[in-house]
Amino acid sequence: MSRPVRFNNSPILASSADAVGAVEAPPGFTGEGFFTTQLSNVVGLARKNSIWPLPFATSCCGIEFMATMGSHYDLARFGSERVGFSPRQCDLLMVMGTIAKKMGPVLRQVYLQMAEPRWVIAIGACASSGGIFDTYSVLQGIDQVIPVDVYVPGCPPRPEAILDGFMKIQDLVGEESIRRRHSEQYKTLLNSYGIQ
Amino acid sequence: MALTNQYIQEKLQEKFGDVVSNFEESYNVLSFEATAANNLKVLQFLYDELSLQFQFLTDLCGVNFPDDAGREISVVYHLHNLAQNIRLRFKIFVPVAAPDVFTACNLFSSANWMERETYDFYGVNFVGHPNLKRILNVDEMDYFPLRKEYPLEDQTRIDKDDEMFGRG
Amino acid sequence: MLAHQQHHITLPEGSIEKQTTTLNVGPTHPATHGVFQNIMELDGERIVSTEQTVGYIHRAFEKLAERRPLNQITPITDRLNYCSSPINNMGWHLTCEKFLGVETPKRVDYLRVIIMELARISDHLICNSIVGVDTGAYTGFLYVMQYRELIYEIYEEVCGSRLTTNIGRIGGFERNFTNTAFTKLEKFLVEYPKVLKEFENLFARNRIFMERTIGGGAISAERALNYGFTGPNLRAAGVDYDVRVHQPYSSYQDFDFTIPVGKTGDNYDRFLVRNQEMWQSLSIIEQAYKKVQEFKGANAEIFHADVPEYYLPKKEDVYTKMESLIWHFKIVMGEVDMPKGEIYSAVEGGNGELGFYLVSDGGRTPFRLHFRRPCFIYYQAYPELITGGMLSDAIVTMSSLNLIAGELDA
Repeated sequence: MSRPVRFNNSPILASSADAVGAVEAPPGFTGEGFFTTQLSNVVGLARKNSIWPLPFATSCCGIEFMATMGSHYDLARFGSERVGFSPRQCDLLMVMGTIAKKMGPVLRQVYLQMAEPRWVIAIGACASSGGIFDTYSVLQGIDQVIPVDVYVPGCPPRPEAILDGFMKIQDLVGEESIRRRHSEQYKTLLNSYGIQ
Repeated sequence: MALTNQYIQEKLQEKFGDVVSNFEESYNVLSFEATAANNLKVLQFLYDELSLQFQFLTDLCGVNFPDDAGREISVVYHLHNLAQNIRLRFKIFVPVAAPDVFTACNLFSSANWMERETYDFYGVNFVGHPNLKRILNVDEMDYFPLRKEYPLEDQTRIDKDDEMFGRG
Repeated sequence: MLAHQQHHITLPEGSIEKQTTTLNVGPTHPATHGVFQNIMELDGERIVSTEQTVGYIHRAFEKLAERRPLNQITPITDRLNYCSSPINNMGWHLTCEKFLGVETPKRVDYLRVIIMELARISDHLICNSIVGVDTGAYTGFLYVMQYRELIYEIYEEVCGSRLTTNIGRIGGFERNFTNTAFTKLEKFLVEYPKVLKEFENLFARNRIFMERTIGGGAISAERALNYGFTGPNLRAAGVDYDVRVHQPYSSYQDFDFTIPVGKTGDNYDRFLVRNQEMWQSLSIIEQAYKKVQEFKGANAEIFHADVPEYYLPKKEDVYTKMESLIWHFKIVMGEVDMPKGEIYSAVEGGNGELGFYLVSDGGRTPFRLHFRRPCFIYYQAYPELITGGMLSDAIVTMSSLNLIAGELDA
């Protein structure tokens, strides 16, 4: 019995009229030749629209990431045109795929090599909690070894979900206080993972 | 003359007699067993013999039969004669106390990692292997995980509650 | 093969350096290949020896499969070669059907062929475009990913998922292909040949690409057979072994296609073999689609075999008939016992012969399930392929072998 298709029957053609937008200025006080606002707003604005991710792709989620980087679900329009593989130059560690216990130290090493400020996004069920692999050889979530900012569930998550996670990272980056990385709370968080 | 399972069985029994036994045919594939000490002789014979020529090692794996005393660990070789398109399954059984098997690396280069995997999972000691160490698991692991006595899950994890999964 | 790799080997007279440099091409390396580690000893740029480490994504599939009834193992097989997961799923279902003695109707076979060949195109597209990326040509990859999205849309129409599909059931498919699925397939068949032609034009006679790939990573047919190569890597070396032709499954014998074969087994031959296989796959899909359209009326509604022990009954029947309710309960709880015995069954995966060795002792889950993973077996030849060559050729060789980490480590 052929089920009739109910959704996506008459797709809407995209128009480029409202496809390109400019980033809004943060709230502030403006006058002749000057604009005052909080420093953290400006810094956050600049940082969040130019995040350089480090794709740590191990398995199936890596292929969905490749699809996200492709032209259909473009990640570059969020400012991540250049994905880097050198931890020193990157802001966002995107962990995509299952992390086995053998890989755990490698992941930690890459995280330690990143320079502050750094964020971590765990993409996929395996990176978030071990996923369907509740076995002796799989790390049950990367938050066993490194602190994580955003978790994206899915197996694998659709590119739209990865983009949604990325936008949440952008929210975090935009709202972050300049003093966060030197605060006691942050130091305690890192110490709980054994990171100095 | 096309190769048939009957012919393979006759040639093997003629050459090896009692060493080979337990001939079975399941789903068109002939399967037989040999004593562990003679595995290389049988493989070499199957490789060299002009009418047999099983020169492609498709697969090598281990199986654990914990209830079969003296024959707990089995190593299964799947061979393939590409020219005649015939498959063959060859098994040997070793006791878990002394799981020593001669390596097939000198005959088939593909056996190298497959034997390392069998060692990693079951603890089969391949005598003469150039590099017998763990391949898929962490090097520090001190047990052989695919044996039936060990559980699937990591028992030290704290975030998952076994009670909820029905295995308390 | 060294039991313990030596580092800083003193080099003989006439070498570029006095002792080798140790380079760790570590588990995290660019171009999203997967996690393998190679510790290479280099003399200048030439590779003297290399030591491989795998297992960085070992997820214990085989042990996991001993816990799960047959229907629940399909999602695990998805994650073997995740670029072409429908082929893994179908391979597993074919193994189960052979074991249980289930005959699938012709329409199911032809639909399965369509899905498997789409998956093969999807896998070869990734491999060939990544070879392009590794030689520096990013355009081909971006251009071709757009058309993989079309393939993903077809999967979504049938099973709901893009990548790890869990497509099909033991006996057939979970639902009939909708008209939208066929419309999308027709769109693909119209648009894709032009794209493939353009992709081929970008690389096949491109002087830079040819000079980068010809000669690198060559292997002779005898060595390839001894190493257990199968699939496009073996065919590039000159041996025309293809499981679809030699041990046909799912009615492949009804289709007319050729097996492309290379000569030297180097990177360029592998690229060309995969490219030509994509054309052959396209031709098979067109033939299969024509055959499917010949089924009319009630025949066009068949999408699964009649195997009540493993195929979930229709929901309307579950709510109204007693037997369907019982079967539904037994299948979902995984309480259907398998016959005793063992079977080895193989399909032609994206990388070669993907085999399933199933041993059953009559319980509800397999006693032992072993996956014969082609990547794991031919990756052993990698040191032999790159020794004596340059470092950059080694990188291109790694990507032209189409190593998928999920399949390597299982």
